[in-house]
This record gives sequence, structure tokens and C-alpha cells, in this order.
Amino acid sequence: MAKLSLRNLNKTFAPQVVPLKDLSLEVEDGEFLTLLGPSGCGKSTTLRLIAGLEQPTQGEIWIGDRDVTQQPPGDRNIAMVFQSYALYPHMSVYDNMASGLRLKRMPATEIHHRIDEVSQFLGLDGLMQRKPGQLSGGQRQRVALARALVRRPDVFLLDEPLSNLDALLREQVRAELKQIFADQPTPIVYVTHDQTEAMTLSTRVAVLNEGLLQQLDSPKRIYTRPANRFVASFIGSPQMNLLSLPCQGEYALLGRYKVPLPQPIRLPEVVLGIRPEHLRLARPGETLALALQGQVMLVENLGMSDLLSIQIENTPYWLRALLSPDQSWADRQISLMLPSESLHWFDPQTGDRLF
Amino acid sequence: MTQLSPRQSSRSPSSRSNRRAQVVWMQRLGFGLAIGAIVGFSLAPILWQVLTSVKTTADIAAIPNVYLPRQFTAEHYLEIFRRQPFFNYMLNSFLVASLSTLLCLAIGTPAAYALARLRLPGESALLAGVLIVTLFPYILLFLGLLELVRMFGLANHYLALIVPYTAINLPLTILVMRSFFQQLPRDLEDSAKVDGYNTLQMLWQILLPLTLPALVTTGILAFIAAWNEFIFALTFITRESMKTIPVAVAQLSGTAVFEIPYGALAAATVVGTLPLVVLVLLFQRRIVQGLTAGAVKG
Repeated sequence: MAKLSLRNLNKTFAPQVVPLKDLSLEVEDGEFLTLLGPSGCGKSTTLRLIAGLEQPTQGEIWIGDRDVTQQPPGDRNIAMVFQSYALYPHMSVYDNMASGLRLKRMPATEIHHRIDEVSQFLGLDGLMQRKPGQLSGGQRQRVALARALVRRPDVFLLDEPLSNLDALLREQVRAELKQIFADQPTPIVYVTHDQTEAMTLSTRVAVLNEGLLQQLDSPKRIYTRPANRFVASFIGSPQMNLLSLPCQGEYALLGRYKVPLPQPIRLPEVVLGIRPEHLRLARPGETLALALQGQVMLVENLGMSDLLSIQIENTPYWLRALLSPDQSWADRQISLMLPSESLHWFDPQTGDRLF
Repeated sequence: MTQLSPRQSSRSPSSRSNRRAQVVWMQRLGFGLAIGAIVGFSLAPILWQVLTSVKTTADIAAIPNVYLPRQFTAEHYLEIFRRQPFFNYMLNSFLVASLSTLLCLAIGTPAAYALARLRLPGESALLAGVLIVTLFPYILLFLGLLELVRMFGLANHYLALIVPYTAINLPLTILVMRSFFQQLPRDLEDSAKVDGYNTLQMLWQILLPLTLPALVTTGILAFIAAWNEFIFALTFITRESMKTIPVAVAQLSGTAVFEIPYGALAAATVVGTLPLVVLVLLFQRRIVQGLTAGAVKG
């Protein structure tokens, strides 16, 4: 249908308030792009710019071959699902869904047909004459989705649509969202600060921080090859271990241990990243060259695994490791393996990934 | 509080529940008495007027006081309508009050919306200005207004009342409506824009229905203020047929110079208040009703 492209978007409210510095990206048909980042990173601003609710200070927004930068929201043929759902409280569910179509002067039979189709699909059949105030949170969320779907827009925008649901319902609706939008032949832009949503739903994730794009990649690569220190620490829970280590030719020095670098570098220091879930116990008989001796200082039970905080022998460094909860770890002396394929190396100055 | 000492826990449970019931009962009694006192205090003057209006003239003047009428009479009510065009006065009042209320809402609501939603330069100064107008002693406006009325030749013209009433009630309207708009979720307006509503359609079809309870509430307040206003109405309107209710009531006179027609005055007061009571009762549900429920996560 239509590709969405953002070209050098910038939004400046005041010299000190620049929620979006410079963003360029393209979203293809049928692609599910998630804008992910901490609060204040510019993700919601980006969405509002695409919707036309704010005007960019610089840059262009294109939908297909239309430059919509100057167009009002209603002419862009987009649909947006709001965090608060923003259903019109004085209209029935049916009128909520129909209002956008009526404004486009669509014939009543066509409106009826579309609403029928979508409401059956979403299981809203019996609720059409109710007011939003008479619906549960989950139902309101569905109506908000349905209102977007009946529009058959060129672009779908979703602004944290799950954050008002309770935890159990959220998981269920997340799975439904994935199914619903898998069939939509249009670009979908989804904003969230929840990395689980980003990972499970998206085909691509754009990680934003302080108004700048940090990485634009598939969820898998965001996790396995974070482009910089920020992405590495933002994605993954529990957080990745990041240690600033002195460098010596081909090795980084972790106390008395020498961790081999993939290539020799000329930096005095380097940042080593390793995810807690990739640390494992050294098996008996394994070469102990890369096994770190450490003292378990703290055990946090996460249910399916234990999160250990370990101080590496004779060093000030701490590592956090996820290990199976089948034994008691408290106060034990253990030896940990650093699998070389799961190590991430970052430049301590720029934060960029080295290899 | 979670741990009971042995002595406390050994006390029999029935005596404790008895005492609790007693406390609850006392609380209810106290609450009821307090409500009764407040209601009595507020309504006593009105009750007195109502009772006076149905007493015979002899009972009204009797000493010692006759509190409850021994004989009910509609004489005073008939009298005020017979001797004076009282119905006409009510119409005048209604015309002036409703027109000024409508004007007030029509001007004040858009102003309130702009103050609530736009990032205007000098917004706080504007609001302070609006607030100061409400603090301004009303009587000081009076002489200036009199000059203006003379200058524009508006004496004995309804506009001489409608315009000042509107102006006096505007600050209240703006402040009340602004705080209402501020608590209305902004997402609704954004959603309407994405749906393709233009500004006018959005205001008319989305915001207005949601604003109705607030409009009714402020409207009633403005209406009451205009309906009860006395000094402007007394001064700017001198033609008998154009007088409003408060002026007409004040100018009721007896058949003789020294007779004060208490009965007729009371009846006129009741008749003059009745429309307001009816109005408030009619719209009561609208006022209380929270129409925004369900707009966002409830």
C-alpha cells in the first residue's frame, strides 16, 4: 500500500527542549516497527509528528509518494490507538467506530459492512450499542483497536496501547495484537517503553535515546549485537553486566584474569559486556583459563532462575549471573565461565560497539 | 494494634460488640443532628416567607406571633397578580437573565477553552486580570455604568441590564469552564483530529456534548445571579412595564401609606424564587452526572 518514511525529523520546543534531534527511518508495508526507549527519549513525539498532531521543526514525512509534512492529521489517512484509548464517551461503540468513516462521507452500507467485519473479528458483536463507560478495560482497548482497523488506513500508529491493562490481560492482548497486525498490509509504528512488547511484536525495533536513533534492527540483533553501550544496558532484563577494564594488547585485564579480545586494540580501557543469562558455571575438567573464581554475595530468586551477585576474587568487580535454582548458592565460592561468543566489547569513550 | 494484651483479649466479645454498636448509634445521631441544624439554619428564612405568604393578614400582624398558619389563604398570591402585572415582571426577568446567561456561555466558553488549551503568552497575566475583575467591588462599577448607560442612551432598554450582567458573570464562567476543560483528556481532541474532524466539528460534536454538565452548572449560577440582581435593575430601568422581579417585589406597596404588605411581599418572594428552584431541580441530574466517565481508563 504505502511506505512511511521520515527524513531528518527534528522537533525543537525551546533551545533546551529538543525531544527529537534528527531521525530518519523507513517503514515498509506490513512491517511492524517499534519505537523503544526510556521516557523522554522522543518516541511519543515521533509518533505525534507522524500523526500530524505536532509540526516538525525540520524534516519531512512521506507516506507512499505523498509529502504529508504540512497536511492536517485528518488528511493523512492514518489511524492511531491512544494509550488512554480516547473513546468518545458520549457515543455508542458503533458510533465511535463509524465517526471517522462518516466524516469521509462513506456510504452507510459500506460503513456497516466494515464495522460488522471488524467487530466479529474482535468479538465485539454484543457491545455495539453500549457506551464506553459501560465497558471493561479490555473491551475498551478492543474498541480502540477496532476504531483504527475499520479505517483501513495507510499507516497504523499505536501509542503504548497495552500500558493501561493489568499484567495478565496485557500478555493475552499482546498475543492478539501480533495476530491482528500480522495480516495488515500497511506500515505499523508502535511506541512502548516495555522491551518485552518490543521484542515479541516487532519485525524491527528502533531504540531511541535523548532524541537520537541508537539502533534500528531486528529484535534478535538488538539483543545479540547491541550497537552501543546504551542499547546493551537498555535491552535485556536483568541488565547486562558492563565492566570497564584496562587493556593490554590482546587482553583485557579482569583482576588476575586475562580476557582475550577478538582483535588487539589501541585503547587504554575497554568496556566488557556479558548478559547474566550467558554466564555459566565452569564444568569440572574444563580448562580453567577463562573461569573466574568468585564469591556469591547476594541471591535473588526470580522463580525460574536465581539471580546471583558475585564478586570476582581479589577484584572490585561484580557480575550478576542467572543460574538454575536447583542448588542453594548463598555464600558459595563458584567458578564462572565467560563464553567468548557471548561477549560484547564497547568503546568507553563513545560507547560504540568495537567488535 | 495488631497484638492484644491478654487482659484485653479476655474481655467477653459480646460486651465489646455492644459498645461498638452504641458508638455507631451515637455517631449517627450526632450526624443527623448536625444535618438538621444546618438545614434548619439555611431554610428557616425561606420557610418563614412561605408560611407568611399563606397566612391571613390578621394572623401576620397578630401579637404574639402566629407561627403556623391557623387558616390557609391564597389571597396574597391572587393580590400580587391582580394589582400588578406580576407575570409580566417575571417575563422581563426571564428574558434578561436567560439572554445574559446565553451570552455569557457563548463568550466565556471559547475563552476558557483557549486559556486551557493554547500556550498563550501572558496567560497568567490574563487569568490574574479575570480574577481581579471578580474581586472588584461591584458597587464601584455602578456609577461608571450609569454614565455609560446615559451616553449610549440605553436607559429603559433591556440591553442596559443584559450587557452588565454578562460582564459581571463572565469571570466566573471563564474560571469554572477553564478548570473543566483542563481536566478533560487531551487525547480525545487528538483522537478527533486523527479521525478527520476539523476544529469546528470537533468543538461542536465531541467537546460540546462532554461539556454540557459544566455548561449547565455555570449557566445556572449565572442565571441566578442575573435573576436576583437589584441595583442595576432599579436604576437603569424606570418604566413600569419593563421592571424585573427583585425591583417589583421591593416596590410593592400597601393600600395605605403606612401599611407594609407583608403577605404580598412574602408571596412575591416565593413566586420570584420558584423559577430558580424549578430550574435547579430540573437540571440537578445533569449537574451531578459525570459524563466523562469512560472516556479514558476509568
